[in-house]
Amino acid sequence: MADQNTTDARRYLVFRLENDEYGIEIDKISTIIEKDMDITRVPKQPAFVKGVINLRGEIIPVLSLRLKFGLDDDVYNEDTRIIIIKVDDLSIGLIVDSVAEVVLLDDETTESVSNIAGERPLEYLKGVGKPDGRIITLLDLEKIVMPEEAAT
Amino acid sequence: MDMSQYLEIFIEESKEHLQSLNQSLLQLEKNPDDRAMLNEIFRVAHTIKGMAGTMGFNRMSKLTHDMENVLHALRNDELEVTPELVDILFRCFDALENYTANIIETGSEGNTDSKELSDVLSGLLRNKKKSGAKASEQTKAGAPPAPETEREIASDLELDQYETNLINKAADMGNDAWQITVRLNKGCLLKSARAFIIFKTLERHSEIIKSVPPVQDIEDEKFDFEFTVIVLTRADAEVIRKDLNSIAEVDDVIMKLIKERNKAAVGVQAEEMPAADQLQIPADIRQAAAPGQDGPEPVTKKTKTGKTVRVDIDRLDVLLNLVSELIIQKTRLEGLEGIERTQQYVEAIEYLERITTSLHDAVMKVRMVPVETVFNRFPRMIRDVSRELGKEVELEMSGVDTELDRTVIDEIGDPLIHLLRNACDHGIESKEERRKLGKPESGKIELKAYQDGNNVVIEVGDDGQGIDVEKVRKKIVERGLVSKDAAANLSKKDLIEYLFRPSFSTAEKVTDISGRGVGLDVVKTKIETLGGTVEVETETGRGSRFYIRLPLTLAIIQALLVMIGEEKYAIQLSSVHKIINITPDDIKTVQKQEVVMYRNSVIPIVRLREVLEVPGGSDADQKVMTLVIVKKGERLTGFIVDRIIGQQEIVQKSLGKYLAGTRVITSATILGDGNVALILDVNALAN
Repeated sequence: MADQNTTDARRYLVFRLENDEYGIEIDKISTIIEKDMDITRVPKQPAFVKGVINLRGEIIPVLSLRLKFGLDDDVYNEDTRIIIIKVDDLSIGLIVDSVAEVVLLDDETTESVSNIAGERPLEYLKGVGKPDGRIITLLDLEKIVMPEEAAT
Repeated sequence: MDMSQYLEIFIEESKEHLQSLNQSLLQLEKNPDDRAMLNEIFRVAHTIKGMAGTMGFNRMSKLTHDMENVLHALRNDELEVTPELVDILFRCFDALENYTANIIETGSEGNTDSKELSDVLSGLLRNKKKSGAKASEQTKAGAPPAPETEREIASDLELDQYETNLINKAADMGNDAWQITVRLNKGCLLKSARAFIIFKTLERHSEIIKSVPPVQDIEDEKFDFEFTVIVLTRADAEVIRKDLNSIAEVDDVIMKLIKERNKAAVGVQAEEMPAADQLQIPADIRQAAAPGQDGPEPVTKKTKTGKTVRVDIDRLDVLLNLVSELIIQKTRLEGLEGIERTQQYVEAIEYLERITTSLHDAVMKVRMVPVETVFNRFPRMIRDVSRELGKEVELEMSGVDTELDRTVIDEIGDPLIHLLRNACDHGIESKEERRKLGKPESGKIELKAYQDGNNVVIEVGDDGQGIDVEKVRKKIVERGLVSKDAAANLSKKDLIEYLFRPSFSTAEKVTDISGRGVGLDVVKTKIETLGGTVEVETETGRGSRFYIRLPLTLAIIQALLVMIGEEKYAIQLSSVHKIINITPDDIKTVQKQEVVMYRNSVIPIVRLREVLEVPGGSDADQKVMTLVIVKKGERLTGFIVDRIIGQQEIVQKSLGKYLAGTRVITSATILGDGNVALILDVNALAN
């Protein structure tokens, strides 16, 4: 990667939920798939756990970020994507409204959590990226994949 | 028994253990106060000792035993971890590595003695702090009880049931059994070397089934100037005598024909142990010896390793996933619509079907191994251990063809060795005690494997004295683990739990076999890392029984697919007892629990739709309901489902760490259409 010379510059995948833009580090993403299969519901799970899917023979749990962040339930359409992330050897799918682009963020364009207040889901937040006047919420994936009780 | 088939396992395991020993030693050198590391090193040394002992690599076993004594003193703070000491441990490690290297090369551990190292190690123990007095007694207790065996030499040798059996069998084949006492010249300097030559000479004509003192002691020069052996032979007595007399420094040879015809003594035991196994001859002697002329089986051949490839289990997982995918695609192809089913098309599909099935079987077979491969080393071990302890122990094995996933098989050897040794050492009482108690002199250890639903259960049971829970209670108070009052209230089950804590042993004496408090915690840790559980049942005076429950990872199972609402679920077919139709009127309520009458008994029912929180629909408006009756142990429970889809062979897939806590679901499977169906946890749902 050519960008690695820049100090702390990182590539983030930007996706949308409702009207907001979120970013996750691209090296944590193993693949992005369209939502063209059924998700098998798993009983006795919190609502944001949508169920499991079969991804090339592997069973992967799928979470709804909308429900996790207290937004309305997902409405699947042709823009809906499932981002498969891999954190600590754990593969998990995250349902998002749509995927936008990849941006490069460095220290200049990133603000840490302490400077931010407001209505965004603070507990899963790692920082905010501000390239060209946009506001991109950077998510802490470790916290998102942590079991609910431990995270709150 | 031909040990060569276990050599491969031994080598691989030794390599792994040595690797971990090396790392732990390095860590210990950095942090001398690291208790966890010390415990780890101790465990590894203990495990290697056990493995080497089982394989008859006595030098390795001896060295690790000596290491253990020093490590034990370290754990009890009777010695300090100094750089010098770590150095010595490293030298021991090197020596162990050399032995292993030798075993890989030649199949034998070689003749290099680690006496010097052993001396250094025992020197360390002598210098330890005063508080160590007790421990040094313990180490003494670990030494083989030499004097007792020596007393027997003068009189006729006592034969155990097994040996009697062998002699009888040999007689049937026309072989004579001779008791031969060889007296060496008092001026003989290298007694053990001389004895070695005598053994070799004897093995040219005969098969040695017993030696007093044991070969190990003879090797270590722990005998006066005479020893006695029992041999089976077809050769003429005079030929043997002449050969023996021709060996230098042999003063006298006394030969006596044994006429044992004790039919009552013929037991089942001998069946399990092929005859070449009789004597614990160190591997190097055995290899050098020519095959016994008339022995029922040739003595161990010189074995080299090779021919097997150790493959990372992850690669097999990938392979299996690909094969599963292939099967799913094939199913899809079969069901495709709008294709003309020509003769050629059907033939091609059928051929594809056959290939994928064979491929699948082949891949699964690579992963599944009968427990026999692990169990086979145990009869020999039990025999050696019981002899060492002067006890009579009979090992009964069953279900050896029960198959387990390779990942699991590779790991269960050590825990089982620990449990079996424990049973011999602490479980089974001495012969005298058993006689007093009115039990048969020979103790019984049962090793049983069987499949139980999604698990394989391995039971290790003995008919010994059982676990003395009061002793455990006393001990935990002594150790300051629990206050006296609190201990008084602990249940039997709680107390037994303490046995699985690190460094806990109720044995009064430390022996070579077990009793240092390593063992049960190692067993538990190991089994739990495999996703299994250990339980104990014990009854004072009647014996103990350990239940190891292991998951059948990635197994293919026959399942019943059912429909509940719009969702498909799989129920393991082996737990399905019967499927019946009922009407809502059949359902009665007893103490708030819904039940139905089935074959004159009342069985509870579970409305899966409600328990699984399936969205939409309700059971209420149905006139006829489908009830799947499942069996859990002896108990029946009825599950109400909407519809039966059918029976299918499915591949179990783990739900992964994230969903591991889902109680009503054990795992998932991928159906022919690529969708996922969940496999119900019958046990959890029936409760």
